[in-house]
Amino acid sequence: MPTGTREPPAYDATTVARSRPHAVARREHTLEIVSDAGEGAQKCGQIFGAVSAKMGNGVWTVEIIPAEIQPPPRIPEGASGYRIRIGSDPVTNWGDETQLVLAFNEQVLLARHRLGALAKDATILLEDSWASHPDEDVQRAWADALAELGTRDYTLIRVPMDAQCRTLVDNPRKGKNMFALGVLSCVYARDLDRVREQIAYAFRKKSEEVYATNVALLELGYRWADEHLDLRIEVPAMPADRPMVVMNGNEALGMGALAAGFELCAMYPITPATSASHYLGETFERFGGILHQAEDEIAAAGVAIGASYAGKVALTITSGPGLALKTEFIGLAVMTETPLVVVDVQRGGPSTGLPTKVEQSDLLAVLYGQPGDAPKVVLAPSTIEECFHVMVTARRIAETFRSVVFVLSDANLATGVQPFPRPVLEERWMRASLDQTDVAPGTKAFDWDPQTGLSRRLIPGQLNGAHTLTGLEHDSRSKVAYSGDIHQHSSAMRSRKLAVLQSMLLPPPVHGDETGDLLVVGWGSTKGAIEEAVDRLRAEGQRVSCTHLTFLSPLQPGLRELFGRFARVCTVELNYSDEPGAPYITTESRRYGQLAWLLRAHTLVDVDCWTRVAGEPLRPATIATAIRERLTANSTGGAA
Amino acid sequence: MSSVSLPVCELLHATDDDDERSLVLSDYEGATARWCPGCGDHSALTAVERLLVAEQLRPEQTVFVSGIGCSSRFPHYLKTYGFHGIHGRALPVATGIKLHRPDLTVFVVMGDGDCTSIGAGHWMHALRYNVRMVAMVLDNGIYGLTKKQTSPTTPQGFQTNTQPRGSFLPALDPIELALGVTNASFVAQTAEWIPAHLYATLRAAYHHDGFAFVRVLQRCPMYTPSIFQLAVQKPDTTELLVHDDGVIVPELEKSYRNRLTHDPRDLARARELAMPGEKIRLGVFFRDESRPRYDLIRQAPAKTPAERVNLLNEELDRYAV
Repeated sequence: MPTGTREPPAYDATTVARSRPHAVARREHTLEIVSDAGEGAQKCGQIFGAVSAKMGNGVWTVEIIPAEIQPPPRIPEGASGYRIRIGSDPVTNWGDETQLVLAFNEQVLLARHRLGALAKDATILLEDSWASHPDEDVQRAWADALAELGTRDYTLIRVPMDAQCRTLVDNPRKGKNMFALGVLSCVYARDLDRVREQIAYAFRKKSEEVYATNVALLELGYRWADEHLDLRIEVPAMPADRPMVVMNGNEALGMGALAAGFELCAMYPITPATSASHYLGETFERFGGILHQAEDEIAAAGVAIGASYAGKVALTITSGPGLALKTEFIGLAVMTETPLVVVDVQRGGPSTGLPTKVEQSDLLAVLYGQPGDAPKVVLAPSTIEECFHVMVTARRIAETFRSVVFVLSDANLATGVQPFPRPVLEERWMRASLDQTDVAPGTKAFDWDPQTGLSRRLIPGQLNGAHTLTGLEHDSRSKVAYSGDIHQHSSAMRSRKLAVLQSMLLPPPVHGDETGDLLVVGWGSTKGAIEEAVDRLRAEGQRVSCTHLTFLSPLQPGLRELFGRFARVCTVELNYSDEPGAPYITTESRRYGQLAWLLRAHTLVDVDCWTRVAGEPLRPATIATAIRERLTANSTGGAA
Repeated sequence: MSSVSLPVCELLHATDDDDERSLVLSDYEGATARWCPGCGDHSALTAVERLLVAEQLRPEQTVFVSGIGCSSRFPHYLKTYGFHGIHGRALPVATGIKLHRPDLTVFVVMGDGDCTSIGAGHWMHALRYNVRMVAMVLDNGIYGLTKKQTSPTTPQGFQTNTQPRGSFLPALDPIELALGVTNASFVAQTAEWIPAHLYATLRAAYHHDGFAFVRVLQRCPMYTPSIFQLAVQKPDTTELLVHDDGVIVPELEKSYRNRLTHDPRDLARARELAMPGEKIRLGVFFRDESRPRYDLIRQAPAKTPAERVNLLNEELDRYAV
């Protein structure tokens, strides 16, 4: 052991009296499981999260994902895992620091430690076989790591996971995660029957033998913890007063697509959007639908547009780089007023960027990515529940307004798991809303209502409706037209639809008082963290409120008036903006967060922003600190 | 109303077998074609119109999908449904239409730039998907609309505005490529200056149970009037592939005496015949209706909204707390 360091307070598990485990009651707790990639920490965490939700706890989960499929073992960069925040009340975001971590080796634990993911007094359950590993380098790495960890007030509990698992299986690398699940199930008093049930579901595609082995390892872990650990954390569950379901955001998007009556989804594999397609791949055919994996992102958009043109609205799902490739086709859909729903599960960019990390950087690309004027609708779900329902709304708007509708989700929602009230399904969501009857001879393909820009869509099969849609500018009969007057009018008709939609929307609700010193504005997955931060500040007596926008295009009405009721307005976003006070950054050169940019242009209010591209969801405590700084700053918004 | 059982969607009212219309040319003629006089696109349009009348295809049940280029104006000149989309991307749109609406008859019209250059990725995969449709590439070996740039099928050495010293590389042969794609099921070549052959080839393509790829050799009167001059003037430089399963045009027997019997099921022979040589070969190189069709494989039995609600409730049960 290097001099000048100390071993963290060790905990002698063997001496604990089994009869009197020390139980701590908490309203909420945040735990995580980390391992090398491929050791199954994520599976363990998913099961733990799902079971907790089913027991009635509030839950929010986040995946800890290495960027590579198989990074080398025992390196901090390879940390793979799952973070679960459980509560007695509904949990709306991933919270702050982790209070208990179970790590399969000390290197992946170091990664979390160095990232500042762990609370100062976190409890660590650590696989201890590395301490006596035959390879001296491993032993040295272990000792160095423990010394580094020793600089904090962590409580370290060594768990002989490997040795225990070997009593049941030959290769503990496969199965250690179930032992870990057993340990955690004991510590958090999870219902073992539910855990077994969830294991059966998680391994439904595997053999009965796999299930049996996993359950045996689960029970082994549970027994070991029961006998050796003086650590029980009680987070009482509050059974919901109505039926609930639990899933992640991509599953909710996929299920929402089923509920909305989509019949075709064309996609190309891309992280972090693909798991929504996996869900549809498993279920869609039973519903009479087709999940088409196209040859590329462009073709995926084209197939969806072709299917939409031929009848019902189709769907394509993508993420940043795929969105870039679909740009031209999306412009075509706008120009031909072919309804289309595009789900963009955002990740870090530009270019390939940070494929597995959350970001909200596609807003302006989605709004303005097309050359020429290409008005379209943009919706951003902010919870897992909204990921479900937004699909129904998106289809309805796409059809009614003959419009492209974007759904902006992100990596946080995609993999986050949260319980929500079970949707009450309606058949009307799934019906073909299109009037397919024959039309009178001479019916125009774009019979725009001059007030609203709305027109009836004609589809192949309708007698007398034949026309040629074209991406060239066209008149109301879909005839190619180059005159400036027609271009002016057609552009106005395509744009007018957004104003009509806006006239049907309500101003966004305010969380907190209707007036105050500062209004925080957010969009998308940050809602829970922002509201929690605002609640904490309000409890301190600060005059802060927040509002969250579901519609980014058209923007919800009343924003200028709302902003006027607060001394300052500041967006909180997961995208890049220049920090006021950074070298060369002035009020003239500062680049703003994407929603701030939009709101400044839209309202002429001097909207400030606080944004981060940390590759992880925002923490309530971090947001609260940032807001406190804004409140004490002398500036009246904008760059200092 | 017919009892035709077609899957996927409810949009089937137009598959009405009681339709007693007798459709004539004017039922299909759209706007006056604006191609240059002498453009091969006119021949292709005439042959297609003849086919539409002969087959009595209902205009409202027929969709022409095109990309961008001179030839892609094609749908505007017909009175069927049309989708004039973006450069190189006609095939994905057509695939989407057929996946959703197997009841529609779909024709795709592309230029050589569309098909073999900017959209080449889609082309290869469309051949493999083998979704039933007729896909024509109207190949005049040049970018005409943008005024004389080299295309992949421009003859080597041919001077253009982008390669004024002459096209650097040997021209890409679409037939050779198509025959190399796994699961391609119909590959044919014809020429705009032999209307009878063009019509017969399109007719065979229309009746093919799968993705029928037809390359139509064309001259652009503005930029490539000379590229097929020899073939036009001397029919003996052309060899017609003939077979009961392919194309036989009796009226050409006197003028085109070079005839080769080729069984379109013989892929190896087809590939040999597609190799560059002295002669231009026209006819069906390959045809195999036993190849799997993606559109048939992907048909899922349609479900009513009530059935879907039940299924989705079962699905939600799996996620219930």
